[in-house]
Amino acid sequence: MPGPGLKEAIAAHVRDGQTLALEGFTHLIPFAAAHEILRQGRRELHLVRMTPDLVYDQMIGAGCARALTFSWGGNPGVGSLHRLRDAVENGWPRPLAITEHSHAGMAAAYTAGASNLPFGVLRGYAGTDLVRVNDQVRSVTCPYTGETLATVPALRPDVTILHAQRADRRGNVLLSGIVGAQKEAAFAARALLVTVEEVVDDLDAPMNAVVLPRQVVTAVACVPGGAWPSYAQGHYPRDNAFYRGWDRVSRDRDSFDRWMGKHVLGTSDHAGFLRSVRAEAIPAGA
Amino acid sequence: MTVAAARRLENGAVCFVGIGLPSAAANLARLTHAPDVVLIYESGTIGARPEVLPLSIGDGELAETATAVVPLPEVFAYWLQGGRIDVGFLGAAQIDPFGNLNTTVVGDYRRPRTRLPGAGGAPEIAAHAKQTFVVLKQSPRTFVPELDFRTTVGFLDGGGSRSRTGMPGGGPRVVITDLGILTPADGTERLRLVARYGNVAVEEARAATGWPLETADPVEVVAPPTDEELRVLRDLHERTRRAHARPAPPPAYEGP
Repeated sequence: MPGPGLKEAIAAHVRDGQTLALEGFTHLIPFAAAHEILRQGRRELHLVRMTPDLVYDQMIGAGCARALTFSWGGNPGVGSLHRLRDAVENGWPRPLAITEHSHAGMAAAYTAGASNLPFGVLRGYAGTDLVRVNDQVRSVTCPYTGETLATVPALRPDVTILHAQRADRRGNVLLSGIVGAQKEAAFAARALLVTVEEVVDDLDAPMNAVVLPRQVVTAVACVPGGAWPSYAQGHYPRDNAFYRGWDRVSRDRDSFDRWMGKHVLGTSDHAGFLRSVRAEAIPAGA
Repeated sequence: MTVAAARRLENGAVCFVGIGLPSAAANLARLTHAPDVVLIYESGTIGARPEVLPLSIGDGELAETATAVVPLPEVFAYWLQGGRIDVGFLGAAQIDPFGNLNTTVVGDYRRPRTRLPGAGGAPEIAAHAKQTFVVLKQSPRTFVPELDFRTTVGFLDGGGSRSRTGMPGGGPRVVITDLGILTPADGTERLRLVARYGNVAVEEARAATGWPLETADPVEVVAPPTDEELRVLRDLHERTRRAHARPAPPPAYEGP
């Protein structure tokens, strides 16, 4: 069940040059899908994520991104994302065009995309230098009150990729825990791929749970552990030690290339990746 | 510094918390004098009560201990923009005399010397919270006369310029550093030193500020931490250190 399903889904739906949103706000980050995109050699991607996190640090460092849209690009609680910084500061491994927002702005942009509106509106950005460096942030005069409000263009990824706890056999997906802007990113996309911890006969979702009905879902692949080193509420915890250890692994270009070559590109699927990292005598997080 | 910041948080306040020093201070407040404080993290966790300090803004324990876990657009629209936040608690890389903050770049935006993480929730937290507290270390590198990049608005150019924009929130009312406490002066809205820690001379605070620092007359001395505050804080940091060092190895997958 795991592995081949994800390979096929990425092969069928993810193309060079696309705008991809691999969302998950600290939680349920689709690392397995990201790594499969790297294994299949996708290039020239426009990556969209509120927080690039290690997942885009890896993809940017691997050279598959031409552009990044984001709102906060650090290693949470640890420090910098070194590969992101290298791309922005030094153009390594290749120049990266950045479009920078605030969290509130990106939330409004995804919501607009999900709602089939051309822009999101919010009280924000005013007086900040973000407006000077991002010409996509504009403003509108309220037709009722005359006040000025900030606008951001709708985010409409070609493909949104998520990780979730479970799906049923018909393709309905259940997310629980911190859900970030995943639902909005899902509805805003032209295609939605979801990796899940398990596929079940009956979704058994509480009435007001966050469910992505099958009509919105393009493909589901069962990939247990698919969010590691991020976490899946109810399945495994966030590996904070790994996140801290990434600071050292990724600080140096060669060290980064070696780690990615060994564990991601040198393995054939996510199960292989997990075994490979576990097998290291000293885990990356120690 | 953490204790001084924690003391500013009133019991029952609804507080939007940034990661790092703000989170330590807010949780210390909750564990000491403000057990009813409602902590909100931008990951959508409302009323989180973690046993250890979260490493990230979306750690699992925040979700497990929260009263409610809501989608991120809801936290920014209904809670923050909706005007329901009493205190926004922020950190920063640079601050200027009017409490504006930089977390974006050192140097030029197009070719930065140092690319910092960026805005995150800060601009809207500062725009909407009824007041913001800023906590950061004080040095000529952090307290600068002019920001390399204005990520987050404090009092803009001072003298009422922020409120004339119609920005709803109250702005940075308190800045807590490792040397003392600053608040905006009436009228000019320029930050001035109103208190120092017992072992810090006013001259030290002046030397650590990249602009001519105004001081209140007199500059008060911050009451030292109590034994209880120190005990709770040390226990919290120790529990946190152990938890964050604990590896959570990749889940074992046994094969198809």
